[in-house]
Amino acid sequence: MMKLATIGKSIPHDSAELHVSGTATYVDDIPEIEGTLHVAPGFAKNGARGKITKCDLSAVRNYPGVLAVFTAEDIPAKNDCSPTIGDDPIFAEGHIEFHGQVIFAVVAPTRDIARRAAQLAVIEIATETPVVSVDDALKSPKPDLLDPYAFTSKTYAKDLKTSPIKTSGVFKIGGQEHFYLEGQVSYAVPQEKGGMLVYCSTQHPTEIQHCVAAMLGVDDAKIVCECRRMGGGFGGKESQAAQWAALASLAAHKFNRPAKCRLDRDDDMMMTGKRHDFEVAYEAGFDKDFRFRSVDVTFNARCGYSADLSNAICDRAMFHADNAYFYPAFKIATRRLKTNTVSNTAFRGFGGPQGIMFAEQVLQATAIAHGLDALELRKRNLYGPRRNETPYGQKVLFKDLVTVVNQLEKNSDYKKRRKAIDAFNATSPILKKGLALVPVKFGISFTFTQMNQAGALVHVYTDGSVHLNHGGTEMGQGLYVKVAQVVAEIFGIDVAHVDITATTTGKVPNTSPTAASSGTDLNGMAARNAALIIKARMAEVAAKFFKVKASAVLFANGKISAGRKSLSFAELAVKTREQRISLSSTGFYATPGIHWDRPSGKGNPFFYFAYGAACSEVLVDTLTGENKVTRVDILHDVGTSLNPAIDIGQIEGGFVQGMGWLTTEELVFDAEGRLRTHAPSTYKIPTARDVPEDFRVDLFESKGNEMASIYRSKAVGEPPLNLPISVWCAIMDAVASLKPRVVPKLDAPATAEAILRAVKSMGAS
Amino acid sequence: MALQFLRRGKIVTLGSFEPDQTLLDFLRLDEKSKGTKEGCNEGDCGACTVVLGRPQNGAMRYQAVNACILLLGQIHGAELITVEDLSEGGKLHAVQQAMVEAHASQCGFCTPGFVMSLFALGHENQKPTREDIVTKIAGNLCRCTGYRPIVDAALKACNTMQDRWTTQSAATAKLLEPLGAEDLFVSTGENFFAAPASAESLATLCQKYPAARIVSGATDVGLWITKQFRPLKQIIWTGRAKGFANVAANGDKITIGGGATYADAQTVLAHHFPDMGDVLTRLGSAQVRASGTIGGNIANGSPIGDMPPMLIALNAKLHLRLGNETRSLPLEDFFIAYGKQDRAAGELVWAIDVPKLKPDQIFKAYKISKRFDQDISAVMAAFLFTLKGNRIETARIAFGGMAATPKRASLAEQALMGKTLTEALSVSLIEYTPIDDMRASAAYRFETANALLRKALLEAGGMSPSQTRVLSA
Repeated sequence: MMKLATIGKSIPHDSAELHVSGTATYVDDIPEIEGTLHVAPGFAKNGARGKITKCDLSAVRNYPGVLAVFTAEDIPAKNDCSPTIGDDPIFAEGHIEFHGQVIFAVVAPTRDIARRAAQLAVIEIATETPVVSVDDALKSPKPDLLDPYAFTSKTYAKDLKTSPIKTSGVFKIGGQEHFYLEGQVSYAVPQEKGGMLVYCSTQHPTEIQHCVAAMLGVDDAKIVCECRRMGGGFGGKESQAAQWAALASLAAHKFNRPAKCRLDRDDDMMMTGKRHDFEVAYEAGFDKDFRFRSVDVTFNARCGYSADLSNAICDRAMFHADNAYFYPAFKIATRRLKTNTVSNTAFRGFGGPQGIMFAEQVLQATAIAHGLDALELRKRNLYGPRRNETPYGQKVLFKDLVTVVNQLEKNSDYKKRRKAIDAFNATSPILKKGLALVPVKFGISFTFTQMNQAGALVHVYTDGSVHLNHGGTEMGQGLYVKVAQVVAEIFGIDVAHVDITATTTGKVPNTSPTAASSGTDLNGMAARNAALIIKARMAEVAAKFFKVKASAVLFANGKISAGRKSLSFAELAVKTREQRISLSSTGFYATPGIHWDRPSGKGNPFFYFAYGAACSEVLVDTLTGENKVTRVDILHDVGTSLNPAIDIGQIEGGFVQGMGWLTTEELVFDAEGRLRTHAPSTYKIPTARDVPEDFRVDLFESKGNEMASIYRSKAVGEPPLNLPISVWCAIMDAVASLKPRVVPKLDAPATAEAILRAVKSMGAS
Repeated sequence: MALQFLRRGKIVTLGSFEPDQTLLDFLRLDEKSKGTKEGCNEGDCGACTVVLGRPQNGAMRYQAVNACILLLGQIHGAELITVEDLSEGGKLHAVQQAMVEAHASQCGFCTPGFVMSLFALGHENQKPTREDIVTKIAGNLCRCTGYRPIVDAALKACNTMQDRWTTQSAATAKLLEPLGAEDLFVSTGENFFAAPASAESLATLCQKYPAARIVSGATDVGLWITKQFRPLKQIIWTGRAKGFANVAANGDKITIGGGATYADAQTVLAHHFPDMGDVLTRLGSAQVRASGTIGGNIANGSPIGDMPPMLIALNAKLHLRLGNETRSLPLEDFFIAYGKQDRAAGELVWAIDVPKLKPDQIFKAYKISKRFDQDISAVMAAFLFTLKGNRIETARIAFGGMAATPKRASLAEQALMGKTLTEALSVSLIEYTPIDDMRASAAYRFETANALLRKALLEAGGMSPSQTRVLSA
């Protein structure tokens, strides 16, 4: 391969200098246009489910300064902000289905007035007992929210029955609040002829455009949604940004004045969806050599009150129930349960992490129960020769997976540390150590095949500078700089001359959300295709000028050359314009070779798999359940890295976020269905102290993605979120040291309290 | 008289302002400085971190604070520094440059807060260790990076930080010192924000306006404003009262002035009671400890404050003052019932006396929370054992989070009397009926409280904390 100039360089995030200076503009930082209004949502303080029997908003309307109070009847056209089946009203009508569901919105000249007035509503609900937990939903006579779905092989039941070694269990996996540091926010500015420009902190500008257009009853073409950057997304601004964009747009439309809706943190945490919590019930059978013979697992998912993206999320849990292991026979089933809680939604990993948790729980528990080394058991079950087909029929190219695990075992000094930890535990009465090395395999592509497409728009100006736009959104993951590197590489220019511009539906239409780790894969390719089109045109011009074949023209180091002759990129841009040839192009990309047939449960839904492995060591206080991660080693496969610094940032950040999910981050709902952990005072994401000082992260020395992805790189957004499942397994390992061959009953998150419960479950003195 | 503070080299004078206006709203809505972000509006995420400088012994002392729950009036007499101010002539500040080079920002929304926390750290500690750094940034949440690059940036940039604030420190202190001399009283009609300049005038004013809200750090009261919309239109702020924040170790006791912040008292308390020092590094955050006061934590009577159980176990004495009248009582008697304290309107928590440990005394404290840092305790336990050899002569045990008020374990204390440390392991706590809430179940609280008694006894018997505590191992 030709030596690359820009690809593979650790170029800082394009906004890094703006971030540190406080000059990066987020939606709430855009200078407000004179006359800007502010919108605050309101809900019933008491009640999660039931008919609205009284809705007296007179005190809200009469609060000094309030300009309007809107309810469902004020919506010009469609009262919905659902991303899928039309079951998410912007304003609840007649009844509510969860605590915090928006019933009205206040419009005022200041945000403070709007928020204060919103407290004054007198709303009564004929409260019915809410269905809150997975258990509640399983006991409820009401139908599931969505149809169950399963991957089933013919012989799974028989194979399970005849397995010489069996295990079974039930465990819970908690949900997770996104806790993006920038809360949900939209700023709508009315345009001529009924149009609307919506600045929105969103991963899915196209969906915002559609939602606002449908709500106002105008053509999509009248609505433009723009997003320069988000202060964090993590899936929480895929479908969940729409409602606030709709509220801002409604006020802007009614008053023909700009209007902003920015949620207070507590409202944000109560009103927007979270990671799905699951209860997982399983049986697994092994052959005598401890290789899986058959698994039978049911994932019971708390979906909340509406469909949102739950179908795709539950499907992805199923797609990842194998993690890195071969199941010869299987039933992988899901139920998508309706609860009277906020509708759960996309969150980095999108159900995949919960699927992987199942595989790792089974192996960890089996290793403990039989006194085996858990890593040995894991290695024995990895995909391999003739054991390389997933339950959904896709073949796994397993070579790099196996290499990653073996290399990390060596790099992390697993065997020696295993012995040292066992020795420590034998002599330490209160504190116990645990160790676990866990692989991760993560499927890359939207499983809804049609979403795997992207567009880009590239302009070259006659001074040689480049304007880049694409459908992907920047939420901190470094998408913009990576795609800029691609374009700079193709033109052979410095990335500093590629100007990265805000994502807007006006430049690149009909986009997919920036989700499923696909941002760079899709948009990088689309931008590459746009740049290649322009480059080919410029090469023709250069070829004429140099009097050589176009194929002999080289773009590198800001120069266009053929032999000894050369032009600067800017000079060639001028010449191209002089020839009346366009210096602008769109680019388009659709992931090749993927297909998925949901009815048969077979296909090739993923373009490829990303691999990684993590080895975590923990220290647990068996008197209080307090715990600390003391060392982490990670080896992660990003193919050929486009930008190692950005990739390592995704790996470390994903790890810590996943570690929080599995340890300190606990969503607590009370019996009335009210979320009790709706602020950072009660919902605890990791702080700097929770990250081990000894944190060793390496990129796997890949020969490049086997598939023709953008410069043979691999997606890195979601896969690392799964690596801290090793932390959870290490905690199991530490607790298991209390009594040989007894499996601790540990649910996720492994809070100190959950760990102490697991300690008690051991029955050790 | 008007509110005065130093901003970008100039003294800013504000003749009127809403008493309950927050500093963050002033920055974002009035000044239109959008670099400082609102993340949670309750002082828990640090996105709004700004730095306040105040003169101390002829030089400037810089501290990071949360602008979202700080009242605008609380910056009286201070230098206010925000993220936009750090770069000079287009050149990034050393902290900013290190953050860029370490790839320490992703979404960037928390970044201004981190920059300001590290700026304050660099000015306070010229050679911070990793431990110092994580302690100082525990009040800044980042959801993207996993913190490693931020810590790396801090290790690089906070080491011997030299900037224009270092060089101008003495001159700035000289400029600001006269601003503190007079009582501040800014009023509109009935509403006022007052900042008495001396402890004496503070006591007088509090008595004159018994309905006014006495505010020290506003780390709790700030949330009444931003989250509960409680009207607070008469505010007396204690933070400018000379002589009210003194911390002194005299003879057999340590005296903490009613207005002393956690940060003011931390060094002395940690020296005399190492376990209290450990709790203080995890209590709130650097931002909260810079603003919040121990007196305020006592005065508002929270059943989940971390200081009262420790102070009660140590047999601290409370001094209250109403106008010119002072009275004293054991701290434990101050807490009457949930939300009810033995404090009259206008009465100030004037000072707290904490007896030093005698040679035969051992003090142990444990803070149990879901997360180590900046988390309200599920259980806060404190033990004072007076030993004769390995026999317990007396025990004082107090818990937070186990009842509606910070509460002594009197029955257990009696049961422990006269027992050896080994015999004492058979004693359990029975007098508590804790509650279930989002922080912990009643069962966990009860179980853990007993486990902590056991742990304290084992440690008193000589077991090293490296064998008993995950953070010490």
